[in-house]
Amino acid sequence: MTAMATGAELPVVDDRSAQTVGGVASGGAPHRGRRHHLQQLTARDRIVVALMVAIPLLLVVVLVWVPAIATVLLSFTSWNGIGGLDTIKWVGMANYDNVVTIYPPFVPAVEHNLLWLAILFFLATPFGMFLAVLLDKEIKGSRIYQTSIYLPVVLSLALVGFIWQLFYSRDQGLLNALLGTKIDWYGDPKVNIWAVLVAASWRHVGYIMLLYLAGLKGVDPTLREAATIDGATQVQTFFRIVFPVMRPINVIVLVITVIEALRAFDLVWVVNKGRNGLELISALVTQNVVGEASRIGFGSALATFMLIVSVVFISIYLATVLREDK
Amino acid sequence: MSRPQSEAEYLAKLIPPSVAATQFNRRSMVKGALGVGAALSVPGLLAACGSSSSTAGATAGAAASGTTSLGSNYSDAIPKGAMQAVVDAYQKKSGKVTVKVNTVDHNTFQENINNYLQGKPDDVFTWFAGYRMRFFASQGLAGDLSDVWKKFTGFSDAFKTASTGDDGKQYFVPIYNYPWAVFYRPSVFTKYGYTAPKTLDEMKTLAAQMQKDGLVPIAFGDKDGWPAMGTFDILNMRINGFQFHIDLMAHKHAWNDPKVKQVFSTWAGLLPLHQPASLGRTWQEAAQSLQQKKAGMYLLGSFVSQQVDQGKDLDFFTFPEIDSTVGSDALDAPIDGFMMAKKPSNEAAAKDFLAYLGTPEAEAIYGKTDTSDVLANTNADTSFYNDVQKKSAALIGSAKNIAQFMDRDTRPDFASTVMIPAIQTFIGKPSDVDGLCNSIEAQAKSIFV
Repeated sequence: MTAMATGAELPVVDDRSAQTVGGVASGGAPHRGRRHHLQQLTARDRIVVALMVAIPLLLVVVLVWVPAIATVLLSFTSWNGIGGLDTIKWVGMANYDNVVTIYPPFVPAVEHNLLWLAILFFLATPFGMFLAVLLDKEIKGSRIYQTSIYLPVVLSLALVGFIWQLFYSRDQGLLNALLGTKIDWYGDPKVNIWAVLVAASWRHVGYIMLLYLAGLKGVDPTLREAATIDGATQVQTFFRIVFPVMRPINVIVLVITVIEALRAFDLVWVVNKGRNGLELISALVTQNVVGEASRIGFGSALATFMLIVSVVFISIYLATVLREDK
Repeated sequence: MSRPQSEAEYLAKLIPPSVAATQFNRRSMVKGALGVGAALSVPGLLAACGSSSSTAGATAGAAASGTTSLGSNYSDAIPKGAMQAVVDAYQKKSGKVTVKVNTVDHNTFQENINNYLQGKPDDVFTWFAGYRMRFFASQGLAGDLSDVWKKFTGFSDAFKTASTGDDGKQYFVPIYNYPWAVFYRPSVFTKYGYTAPKTLDEMKTLAAQMQKDGLVPIAFGDKDGWPAMGTFDILNMRINGFQFHIDLMAHKHAWNDPKVKQVFSTWAGLLPLHQPASLGRTWQEAAQSLQQKKAGMYLLGSFVSQQVDQGKDLDFFTFPEIDSTVGSDALDAPIDGFMMAKKPSNEAAAKDFLAYLGTPEAEAIYGKTDTSDVLANTNADTSFYNDVQKKSAALIGSAKNIAQFMDRDTRPDFASTVMIPAIQTFIGKPSDVDGLCNSIEAQAKSIFV
């Protein structure tokens, strides 16, 4: 497939060079053709192009870069959010020092974020892919399975939290009633992160399943036929042929998994506002910054930790993508 | 990085009261539940107040006219209606002033209070007494109401103190409060022949008997983080006294002081008598075990009546004495009320309205509709009080010292980001009191600077 794509592009490249050669022959100046092309734009076109570049750029700067840099700057300050900027006090690394040394929820929060990533990556995502492969086999009632597995994705995580509360409630929940146990699923700090991860995975599996199923439908069936004729087993066909062919989808699935793990927030917030065994960095940031608490500097320091973790993953992703593109 | 913050604001609106953990929620739950019955009485009381306008008026000067505004977090149907009834009665009485009511969802109101007060706040807004009030007063975000207070009659000194800022001026007009006490069902006590305990030892003996009788002695739920603060407050006030408690809330004492450790150790001794697995249970679920007569006692605010047959077959006693030299005459009784913006658009009208809100007449109009609270003004008509309200009023009246509740008496950032996790850690692992107190103190030092 890769070879075919390259082959298809080649004539285009040839065309372009032929045009340039033609331009040189007729006009003499090598760049004129291009400049001429630019001059063909009317003033109105140029304004439109400028706006189309400027508006997204402005949005990215104002909505992404300014807040990100402001967060990093504020993390070195002490501020309760009241009064002008002159009431902001610089405190150097004190917030970072406090976060690491005396703030008990911080270490559990980092652990939980990593655990979240690990569970999604090693269990939920592969399981979603597995379901997609199964459903791709056109088994009976495939549509019904697809719908029911995908259903949780349509629900917001906040709603997912409530649905699982019906299962998990210690005194009135379905799970304890069926099992005859007295486990405090959402309250026991040793258990609740796993209970929440089950709920999060429930939703994540459906998401990955749908993405992957769409990808599988796009795989050229002749590839499988060829593999079958060559005597490959189902497993071999998937891992040697289908999986490598679906590389773009695989990258998207990987990126979505990492994003879901880093932005995990709503579910724990709905359960208990990210306390008592359900600490996540995003929840700690919210607890400290939003509302009356207003520990802007301290919360920003926590947010900066999250930014650093995100940057690590973004760098790995970009490095991989850029290397492959060469 | 700003994503979780905006999501939180978005989610705050989605989270139903049973899950969210704010002051507003427990208030609103009470109000909402009492709604249907009370709504029927609104027309009647409006007619009644029209004829009884001869009350000792505290109107602030004849200059008041024009329009003023009220930023209200009384967003549920019935408190909203009660507030509107008060506003209507005021407009009728004044004849010159119009009050524009801007009702905001209670969660949103509290989440945005910092921005709200720094932007263009309404002339008058609803808020709480305690540190939460003094904080905004000292930040210069609230207007001085000392001259309005000079005309007030019927408020006890305790209410005046609770309305006073750090600079000795008044910034707050109280409307009602509600006590925290140990609630029980008289039918259960009669059935087993229990009597209300006077000392902690008696309470422990009673609890042991309840366990023998197959009851959970003390219902308990701390999923939302704040209810257990009430337990800490009352134990600290009973063991170390009111003044120590208030000073501790202001961090004038260290949290690793042996006196604080004693509070946690006493609590650790009581925890086996509490309902287990409390960290996964909301206060509503815990109240259900009292309602179903599976639990014998429950330490909570009087809003518990909402969950227990609308207050029928419900009684309470104040938390028993622990140290006879300290006694048992202090309790938590949070006060709700009103404040004025620093620069109101119409100061004369705003003060005239606030002066009216503090009158017995206005408070009775409110109290007739919202019947779970004790009205702040002692001159207010209380003939419509139910039994729990009557007893609550008597208990608050006899208390020598009244605290506001931990999250109103100390800095909100300390209460929510340090004390909630700390108390939940303690409930999960009550053995490590020393480590806990040292951790709280280290964090308190970084916040109280």
